[in-house]
Amino acid sequence: MRISIALMSLPAASAWSTLTMKQSGVNSSRRDMLQKGAALATSIAIPASANAYAVPDLLYPFEALEPYIDAPTMKIHHDKHHATYVANINKATEGKPEVDILDLQLNALEAGPVRNSGGGHYNHAFFWDEMAPPDQAAKTKPSPELEAMINKSFGSFDEMKAAFEAQAAPGAVFGSGWVWVCLSSDGEELKIVGTPNQDNPLMKGVADEVMFPILGIDVWEHAYYLKYQNRRPEYVSNWWNVVNWDKINENFTYVTEKKAGVPVRG
Amino acid sequence: MSTTSKLINPALRSALHLNSSKGVTPAMAKSAAAYLSSAPSGGVHALPDLPYDYAALEPAISAETMELHHSKHHNTYVTNLNASLEKLDAAVSSGDVSGIIGLQGALKFNGGGHVNHTLFWENLCPKGSSEFPTSGVLKDAIDARFGGLEEMKAELGAMTVGVQGSGWGWLGYDAKTGRIEPATCANQDPLAATTGLVPLLGIDVWEHAYYVDYRNLRPKYVSAIWDIINWVLLSSLSGHSDNSVVDKDNLEMLTKERLSKNMNRVMACVS
Repeated sequence: MRISIALMSLPAASAWSTLTMKQSGVNSSRRDMLQKGAALATSIAIPASANAYAVPDLLYPFEALEPYIDAPTMKIHHDKHHATYVANINKATEGKPEVDILDLQLNALEAGPVRNSGGGHYNHAFFWDEMAPPDQAAKTKPSPELEAMINKSFGSFDEMKAAFEAQAAPGAVFGSGWVWVCLSSDGEELKIVGTPNQDNPLMKGVADEVMFPILGIDVWEHAYYLKYQNRRPEYVSNWWNVVNWDKINENFTYVTEKKAGVPVRG
Repeated sequence: MSTTSKLINPALRSALHLNSSKGVTPAMAKSAAAYLSSAPSGGVHALPDLPYDYAALEPAISAETMELHHSKHHNTYVTNLNASLEKLDAAVSSGDVSGIIGLQGALKFNGGGHVNHTLFWENLCPKGSSEFPTSGVLKDAIDARFGGLEEMKAELGAMTVGVQGSGWGWLGYDAKTGRIEPATCANQDPLAATTGLVPLLGIDVWEHAYYVDYRNLRPKYVSAIWDIINWVLLSSLSGHSDNSVVDKDNLEMLTKERLSKNMNRVMACVS
């Protein structure tokens, strides 16, 4: 059971200030938000339909990725930005049959608002789960299978990182977007792809072919601005410290076996 | 920061408007062409000084945002534009067509970033220092297209808030119809080169333009920016701020004169 609360604190701005949260498992910060939300709300939606998407709880506290990603950034990124995409995809799919968010990606370019909000939901849900606190992340590394594929595709792990960071530079993804490491559609190699806004390589028409992400970084300014401001390259190079290679290995195994995108929570 | 420094290189302004202004003189066109293709030997692009202090636009935009936006973001576009132009020069000199084509993305991004931000600083002024004119060519043009200032704010504001990802909202002049039109552009795509409209007013909705002050609340930022629009500059550039002549043809003047007017006019709104 999920409820949506629209904060109509600004005229014509509901899309930017709408929170969606699970009714169960409300932690203290969420309860706090809920109270603030209730105080500001001018309308409380009826319980959303059964297929409403939800922002998944993080697997770690907001401050867990410090010092590489700061707690205020994590909180606003998860509670506001991701929540807005979820609210909008719920609005866009209201009354329609239930479809897993993963299955909305393939034809997103033909589906109007689903492209931005559905992509935004999938991308962020993917992003949260591939990260872990730095002390835990440091204990993880690519599996022998993934390492072999990285070497085959890029030459070495360091060359993959360099190519990824180059693609994540401001002059490569020109505005807001994401950079991914994906398995090619034939499963033969890994490729690095930059996608604008909330597009991703699972969407037909975004890249040369549909590909299956195993790793991805958000390079919208909201992902790093509070801590890094204009220094996007510093954010990207620091980000490796919170990459959970256990999860990336799992993603790699999944896409290799299924030739499909990795399912996400939410 | 000095408030008397020159705001914008007139040659850049000429270059911006070449695309859609009929009134460009041959000398100006030559100057603009030289400017756009400028290599270090012909003078590099430079970060323009602001005509006001970083704190002058508070509370709509904080000093922290202005300093970052101007000294870091805009400056990076200038640096990378100069680097791209150097590479372009080398590619042109050696007849490297592939190299020339390969630079288009960087030129559009960094050249657009430089052009857009240069216009943006000029569009703004401290709150309360520039009232929207009660008559005149700018008011007439806005009334004709939107029905009024508030309607313009609502329509352009909604379009601007709706930009996916990073980009800009614009009020531009359409030389073919003689009307002004709202528009949006993605990333740093420059209005004139992308749409043919002559830029009158630009609103930057990259997150870097408002994230320090408004976080995810882009609509709040766009609402606030109307308080710091330099209407005096926009209308005085028409050359008829005394309202002695109000004529549709004057709209053409409004855009033409943005090519050549002394940018010190903007200072009138700062003192």
